Amino acid sequence: MVLGAVVGSVAAIGAGIAAIGAGIGIGQIGKGAVEGISRQPEAANDIRSSMIIAAAFVEAVALFAVVVALLGNG
Amino acid sequence: MYLLEINPLVSPAIGLVFWNTVAFALLFFILRKFAWKPILNAIHERETGIENALSKAEKMKAEMKALANENEQLLQKAREERAVLIKEAKEQSDRMIADAKDKAKAEYDRIVSDAQTAINQQKNAALTDVKNLVGTLVIEVSEKILRRELSNKAEQENYIKQLAEEVKLN
Amino acid sequence: MVSRSMKSLLVLAFSLISLLFSNNTFAIGTADSTNSHHKAEKFDVAKTILDHIRDDYSWHLWGHTSIPLPVILYSDKGLEVFSSAKLMDEHHSPIIYQGNYSYKNIEGKIKVVNADGTVNAELNSKVWDFSFTKNVASLFISVFILLAVFLTVGAAYKKRGVSSAPKGLQSFMEPVVLFIRDEVAKPNIGHKYNTYLPFILTIFFLILINNLLGLVPFFPGGANLSGNIAFTMTLAVFVFIVVNIKGNKSYWGHIFWMPGMHWGMKLFLAPIELVGVFTKPISLTIRLFANMTAGHILVLSLICLIFIFENIFTSIVAVPFAAFIGLIECLVAFIQAFIFAMLSSMYIGMAIEEHHHHGDNEPHYNESDEN
Repeated sequence: MVLGAVVGSVAAIGAGIAAIGAGIGIGQIGKGAVEGISRQPEAANDIRSSMIIAAAFVEAVALFAVVVALLGNG
Repeated sequence: MYLLEINPLVSPAIGLVFWNTVAFALLFFILRKFAWKPILNAIHERETGIENALSKAEKMKAEMKALANENEQLLQKAREERAVLIKEAKEQSDRMIADAKDKAKAEYDRIVSDAQTAINQQKNAALTDVKNLVGTLVIEVSEKILRRELSNKAEQENYIKQLAEEVKLN
Repeated sequence: MVSRSMKSLLVLAFSLISLLFSNNTFAIGTADSTNSHHKAEKFDVAKTILDHIRDDYSWHLWGHTSIPLPVILYSDKGLEVFSSAKLMDEHHSPIIYQGNYSYKNIEGKIKVVNADGTVNAELNSKVWDFSFTKNVASLFISVFILLAVFLTVGAAYKKRGVSSAPKGLQSFMEPVVLFIRDEVAKPNIGHKYNTYLPFILTIFFLILINNLLGLVPFFPGGANLSGNIAFTMTLAVFVFIVVNIKGNKSYWGHIFWMPGMHWGMKLFLAPIELVGVFTKPISLTIRLFANMTAGHILVLSLICLIFIFENIFTSIVAVPFAAFIGLIECLVAFIQAFIFAMLSSMYIGMAIEEHHHHGDNEPHYNESDEN
């Protein structure tokens, strides 16, 4: 029982670390996009859509980690 | 397989895979035949239609431009022609004037020369007349002198003098 | 500024959830070991959420009302079909049904059980479960919706012709179709996009409608189909099949014998590229599955906060948050469908692309043209 709880916690910690990574990544994407838009406001639409796509890719990596955490948790 | 059994959440159920394959294949073939084909064809057709219309308009525009260009050229040509005509007319009139002038001059010269010859003739005639007159006068005078001389010597001379003066005055 | 404060609030909520999760597991652990009848009905968040996002043999409508769906099992004794109502007693707790074998619903899966109620693993592997579950029903509902919508639109195009402007549903769907064609298929597949466009469109709309249906919390929606790994895996396998059947000489050349490299490098790259062939569909599978499941878990966790605190006032915070996440999930539903379609067309584009290398004057024709 105690071991099970520990496994769950470790998985949660792993998911948390992955979330940190994804957070940094999405932050970088947002930063880059805002800088790009401020430099070239006329390209704002293109930049925004590429930003969303890139963010979705980074988020997917974090969610992979969540899946792995679920696997570990089960 | 054991790894996938760990969590039911990440183990694909065979039933759902089967039904999904069936449903997707069904959906794909039906939609491809009855939906995507007419939709995409219609969109494509419309796009080509618009493209054609655009290119046609472009062509018309080019044609119009060519036409305008041609007009411009024609106008230019007409203008040039007009200039040439005017120039020619001017030249002709100039020439006519010059001709008339020349003719007038020649006439004038001829008239003048005619007049001159006439004058000369008259002069000659007059001179002949004068000469004849002088001759007759001389003869008359000499006749008179001769008559007077015969009467009075002094008077004769006086008379001659007097006559000579008369002649001068004539 | 608003989004920032929103984010910090979200972080707070998450930390609260994780805190409560860990407390809860400990509480259950201790409760089970020491005193089993002390607060036996304690609310189990993880179990509730998992119950909500997994497949089911009946479709729960409200309260104690649910639609029983047919169970279809195939075993060495032949095919058998029976209603899932027979797997439950009047209190909705699972009971043993005596079919070809004795079946029982154990944690959302039908298992063959022995007389004492334990799982018979040997017989269990003989039984294939083709049941018409909640997700399958939802899948067919979405297929029906798609057929209804797009057959109408297709008929409208046929009837109205191309000269008149689109109207109603037609004008609503045309920009989306055009978006997929011009932003997804054309740039990623290349000039032969027309052949693959129906496939990409079908995948995109199937995923999109299921993502959106999954966000609807009541009857026609509510099934977490696009957050089910079987669904995403099937679609990814379809993409995998198309990519590898249509892959031309240059595609396989790039996998097994990377041109323009030293032969040692070629030998080194071949296994990596070969693994890449399989990781592409796997990443497609996991990305969609994880995104949709995570969204559902998030919304359910926020709603579960109310039951964790056992206080109605928690809903003042939790429900707006859940609605906010729901809005984000609407966006994610579109983005994930778009990304699945885009990556699929990118993989197809890579497989049918015609490369022209230096010193290689002979043009590569696509061998699968006649297919």
